[in-house]
Amino acid sequence: MNFELTKEQEMTRKMVRDFAVETIQPRAIDIDKNGEFPEDIFKEMGKLGLLGIPFPEEYGGAGGDTVTYALAAEEIGRVCGSTGLSYAAAVSLGASPLYYFGTEEQKQEYLVPLAKGEALGSFGLTEPNAGSDAGGTKTTAKLEGDHYVINGEKCWITNAEYARSITVTAVSGKREDGKNIISAFIIPQDTPGMSIKSDYDKMGVRGSNTSEIVLEDVKVPKENILGDPEGGFKQFLHTLDGGRISIASLAVGIAQASLDRALEYAKERKQFGQAISNFQAIQFKLADMAMEVELARNMVLKAAWLKDQGKPFTKESAYAKLFASETAFRSANQAIQIHGGYGYMREYEVERYLRDAKLLEIGEGTSEIQRLVIARQLGC
Amino acid sequence: MNIFVLLKRTFDTEEKIVIKNGQIEDDGAEYIINPYDEYAVEEAINLRDEHGGEVTVVTVGEEDSEKQLRTALAMGADKSVLINTEDDLEEGDQYTTVKILEAFFADKEADIILAGNVAIDEASGQVGPRLAERLDIPCITTITDIKVDGENVNIERDVEGDVEKIETSLPLLVTCQQGLNEPRYPSLPGIMKAKKKPLEELELDDLDLEEDDVEQKSRTTEIFLPPEKEAGKVLEGESDEQVKELVSLLKTEAKVL
Repeated sequence: MNFELTKEQEMTRKMVRDFAVETIQPRAIDIDKNGEFPEDIFKEMGKLGLLGIPFPEEYGGAGGDTVTYALAAEEIGRVCGSTGLSYAAAVSLGASPLYYFGTEEQKQEYLVPLAKGEALGSFGLTEPNAGSDAGGTKTTAKLEGDHYVINGEKCWITNAEYARSITVTAVSGKREDGKNIISAFIIPQDTPGMSIKSDYDKMGVRGSNTSEIVLEDVKVPKENILGDPEGGFKQFLHTLDGGRISIASLAVGIAQASLDRALEYAKERKQFGQAISNFQAIQFKLADMAMEVELARNMVLKAAWLKDQGKPFTKESAYAKLFASETAFRSANQAIQIHGGYGYMREYEVERYLRDAKLLEIGEGTSEIQRLVIARQLGC
Repeated sequence: MNIFVLLKRTFDTEEKIVIKNGQIEDDGAEYIINPYDEYAVEEAINLRDEHGGEVTVVTVGEEDSEKQLRTALAMGADKSVLINTEDDLEEGDQYTTVKILEAFFADKEADIILAGNVAIDEASGQVGPRLAERLDIPCITTITDIKVDGENVNIERDVEGDVEKIETSLPLLVTCQQGLNEPRYPSLPGIMKAKKKPLEELELDDLDLEEDDVEQKSRTTEIFLPPEKEAGKVLEGESDEQVKELVSLLKTEAKVL
């Protein structure tokens, strides 16, 4: 048993922290307030190799591991939930399915530019009537000659407007038992028939790009089907297992930021002639926050480590996502409470942490779905 | 070009520093590359990219300094050398460091050596100039621009906010000032590549030095933190009275008038 990070992991964490504090932090309030997707920041992150951390060098990545990637996602989440969410989605949802399931040609064509950080990718799973019940997908793909024709609608798709390619799931046929076969298809940007709108007015992660995609007779060559034509369902379950680790890392970042801000404020704020950090009511809140942040981080790193070891990590990544996202929400809420009236003001940033944290209890599987995943792993 | 950088691992003065038993507490202190040495690393990489050659980063320190050397390698330096004095020396001063570096450079044929202007911990600014003296090469301090053309070197240096332009020639030692460049972040591919780059570890023995040869010429008698800043005073009343009170306080309390 060894809890020590490697030198490369330490160095990456320090580099991402420095970059996040110097480049992203000063703009975090505006990114949220104006709902501006920070495209230039993603260009910088791409140049630093952050978008390709967990992919091998031969596909344009850095050849790092999941632990390193989790550390980077935490550091970005610590300063800006919007940037953190788009980062996690670009790597875990945009690029990962191409890496895990794509053919060699698909990897060269679609994964390499993402891993090199030259472009962003996106993953379209959710539909207006297929959220937690992803099996209820209505989008269809019909093989006509050497093309698939795709029709349907996707909603709440992260980074779609800025994506070079979008991987979407669609029903491509029926199995013998009458159940739908779901496959995934790579749709390049600007394919005729695909329209993308980003009109959502969100509670939090407002600077992260979230889009609605309408697919009307979208034609893609039949070789754009991702990996096993009948394996779409399994593919996205695996993709979401990995995605949970990055959402959990982001949650740890927001929880840590909440603790940092609350502690700093409590030591400075004087009431009744002394710093409020001298009062047990405040101390107990801070102690709980610190403990939960550390527990959440340990769970996230364990799930990441299991993934790196090639061991099963479905249950652990669900533990991590569930506990970390709920920790982030609680910590942000307590950080506001400790700040009192100031905490309710945008300038103090903790109110943003709460709004951003709320998304993490919903996106990539609600807390309820995480509990279902865990229960199934227990054999229920 | 054969390019060398002198690098020092220092504690981060922006973090809280705790002194216990007259020593800076190691636990809790954050350690970084001395920020002025970061300019030196960045400039060394730029010079190499423009003129070819190799960048070697050298530090005199202990085992833990490896992290800062690896960071310099991740930024793009080619090789690094850790002269580890942990087992040989209890204490040292600038004389010690210069003496060690002089021995190290004896067989190196360096074209240019870049160092920080000062280290932010002790801020003596001595090691660079004293080493240049021992190696009998020109030394230009606090540089903010450097152009190398063959053997000729044109330098701009910061002189208390003004610029001084200087012509000199290789081999040369320079110390780097803020404004010279914007040090890059080590990229992810850089961090991964750094793992495979050479990090040579030397001890005094390897440089044919005895402990007596490098014995310090000065002794630190005390280390203490600056006094805590006291709360400011807000004067009240009419402007006339406030001015009078201020003048009297400046005379009697602050004693600056």
